[in-house]
Amino acid sequence: MDFISILSIFVLACFVGYYVVWSVTPALHTPLMSVTNAISSVIVVGALIASAAAGSASSKWFGLVAVALASVNIFGGFAVTARMLAMYKKKERPAPKTPVESQGAK
Amino acid sequence: MEPTVTVNPWVAVAYLASGVLFILALRGLSSPATSRTGNRFGMIGMLIAVVTTLVTHVPGSLLNPTQGTLCSHPVGGGTNCHGFTYAAAFAPDWTTIVEILIAIAIGGTIGFITARKIQMTAMPQLVAAFHSLVGLAAVLVAVAAFLNPGAFGILGADGNILTVSRIEMSLGAAIGAITFSGSVIAFAKLNGNMSGAPIILPARHVINLGTLAAILVLTGMFAASAHAGPGENNLFWIVIALSFAIGFLLIIPIGGADMPVVVSMLNSYSGWAAAAMGFTLHNTAMIITGALVGSSGAILSYIMCRAMNRSFISVIAGGFGAASAVGGEAKEQRPYKRGSAEDAAFLLKEAENVIIIPGYGMAVAQAQHVLREMGDILKAHGVNVKYAIHPVAGRMPGHMNVLLAEANVPYDEVFELEDINHEFSQCDVAFIIGANDVVNPAAKTDKSSPIYGMPVFDVEKAKTIMFIKRSMSGVGYSGVDNDVFYLDQTMMLLADAKKMVEEINKALAD
Repeated sequence: MDFISILSIFVLACFVGYYVVWSVTPALHTPLMSVTNAISSVIVVGALIASAAAGSASSKWFGLVAVALASVNIFGGFAVTARMLAMYKKKERPAPKTPVESQGAK
Repeated sequence: MEPTVTVNPWVAVAYLASGVLFILALRGLSSPATSRTGNRFGMIGMLIAVVTTLVTHVPGSLLNPTQGTLCSHPVGGGTNCHGFTYAAAFAPDWTTIVEILIAIAIGGTIGFITARKIQMTAMPQLVAAFHSLVGLAAVLVAVAAFLNPGAFGILGADGNILTVSRIEMSLGAAIGAITFSGSVIAFAKLNGNMSGAPIILPARHVINLGTLAAILVLTGMFAASAHAGPGENNLFWIVIALSFAIGFLLIIPIGGADMPVVVSMLNSYSGWAAAAMGFTLHNTAMIITGALVGSSGAILSYIMCRAMNRSFISVIAGGFGAASAVGGEAKEQRPYKRGSAEDAAFLLKEAENVIIIPGYGMAVAQAQHVLREMGDILKAHGVNVKYAIHPVAGRMPGHMNVLLAEANVPYDEVFELEDINHEFSQCDVAFIIGANDVVNPAAKTDKSSPIYGMPVFDVEKAKTIMFIKRSMSGVGYSGVDNDVFYLDQTMMLLADAKKMVEEINKALAD
C-alpha cells in the first residue's frame, strides 16, 4: 500500500472514531478506556512479526518481550472490561434486597 | 520507492475485518445493553489480528512469506502470492511458535489475574498501568523494526530503512516512550506511591518545549541521514531517550484531581503510538485502531476539560492546586451546623426526593456498597432516590458510574450533571458524599475563584444539604472554601464516609 492509501484509511478512521466515541454513554466512559486499552494492544501484530522473523536475535527478543507486554494488556483489558460491563448487567433486574419497588426510576 | 510487498488480499481483508470489529466494540458502548456484545467483537477482532499475523509470518506456516516480502518466494513451492500461497509442506517453525505462545501465556496470565483481582476503586491506576505497557510495547516494536528492518518490509533498495518509515517508526517510538513514562508517573500518583501534589520545576515550560523541539528535529535528521541502519545511526536512540524524559517531565507538574484529563490524554497517546507503528507496518488493523483509540482519548480529555471549564493547555501546563496549599490556613472559622447520623436518618426518611452526589472521597472510603444499602432502605420507605454524577468526579472518566454499578445501583437511577441539575429545586435532601468542588457555588458567582466557570450542581436549591466530610479543615482539590458548608440548610456530617453511612443505615433500620 502506498502512503496516501494508508493516510486515507487513517484520516477516515479518525472521523469514524470521533462519531463513535461521542455516541458512547458517559456512564460507560471507564469501560471505554479499558477496552480502548485492550484494542490498542493490536500493536502485538508488530511484536509478533519481530518475534517470528529470523535475522536479528536482539530484534526477536525485543519482539517477544513486546508480545508479553501486549498480552498483559489484551487479556487484562478485555477481562476487566467484561467484568465491569457485567456489573452494569446486574442492574437490569431489581436488586434482590429491595422488597418495595421504587416509583422513581425514569 | 516502496518495496514490492504484495500483500495477499485475504490477509488485508482479515486485518480490515479486525479493524471493523474494533469499531463495533466501541459502538457497543453506546448503551450498557449492547456493550457486552461489543466487548466480544473486540476480542474476536484481536484474535483475527493475532492469528492472521501468525499464519503469515511464522516461517513455514500456512501463508508463508519470507522475511517481510509477503509471498514473494514461497518456501517449498506452492503458488505465488497472487494465488493465495500455501506452503507445499505444512512445516511451521515450532520453536518460534512455542516461544511466542510462552510470551502470550506469561503476559496473558498476568493480565487476566490482575483484571480479576483488581478493586474497582483502583481502576484509574490499572488503566494507567495498562497504558504504560502499550507505550513500552510500541517502543519495543519500533526498536525491533529498527534492528531488523528487512522483517518489516521497510528496507529500501539502497539497504537503508525507507525515509518515510524512519519518520513513522521514530514518531511511534517517541509517542510510545512518552506514553510509557507519563503513565508510570500517573500510576504512581494515582496509586499513592508518589504524592498527588504537583511538582514544579523552574523553567519547566522552556525545558519541555525545548525537549519536544529536539525530538522533532532529531527525527528529521534521522530521516534525512544517509545511513540509517542499526549501529550506523544513534539518532533513533537519542529520540527514544528524550521521549522517555519528556513523558516524565510532562506529568509530574500535574496534580491529582487533574488525573482524569491525564489518563484520557495518555489513552489518546497510546492510540497514536499504535497508529504510527501501523503506518510503519502498513497494517490497516493497527491504523484503524490507533485512530479510534487516539480520538477516543482526545474526546474524553476534551469532555473532562470542559467539565472543569479549563483549557487543555492549562491542564497540561500543570501546577493547578499548588499555590492553594499555602493559602488555606489563615481563614477564620465560620459557623456551621453539625449533624449526627440519627438527625440525617430522620430527615432522609421524611424526604420525598433525595439526590446523592458521590465524589472521589466515596471511592477512597470504599463507601459505595453501604451507600447503595442506604438507597435501598430509603426506597423501601418510598423515597425517590437518584444519583448525580459530575463528569470529573473521581480520578478517571466514568469512575463513579463504575463504582455505583459495582455496588448494584441500577444505572437508570444514575444521572449526568446536565440531566439532573434542574431537579435540585424539588429536592428535599442533597446528599453529598466525598465530593466538594463540584458543588461549590463559587464556580457560578466568584469570578476570582480558580474554579470559576466550572459547571457545578445547584445543591443550594435543595431544602436540606447533607455534606459528609472527614473534617472541616480540609478543602477541595482546588483549595477553595465552599460556601455550601455554612448555609442554613446544610448539615455537616463529619466522619469517614463509610462509617457515617453505616451509622445512618443503622439509624434508618431502627
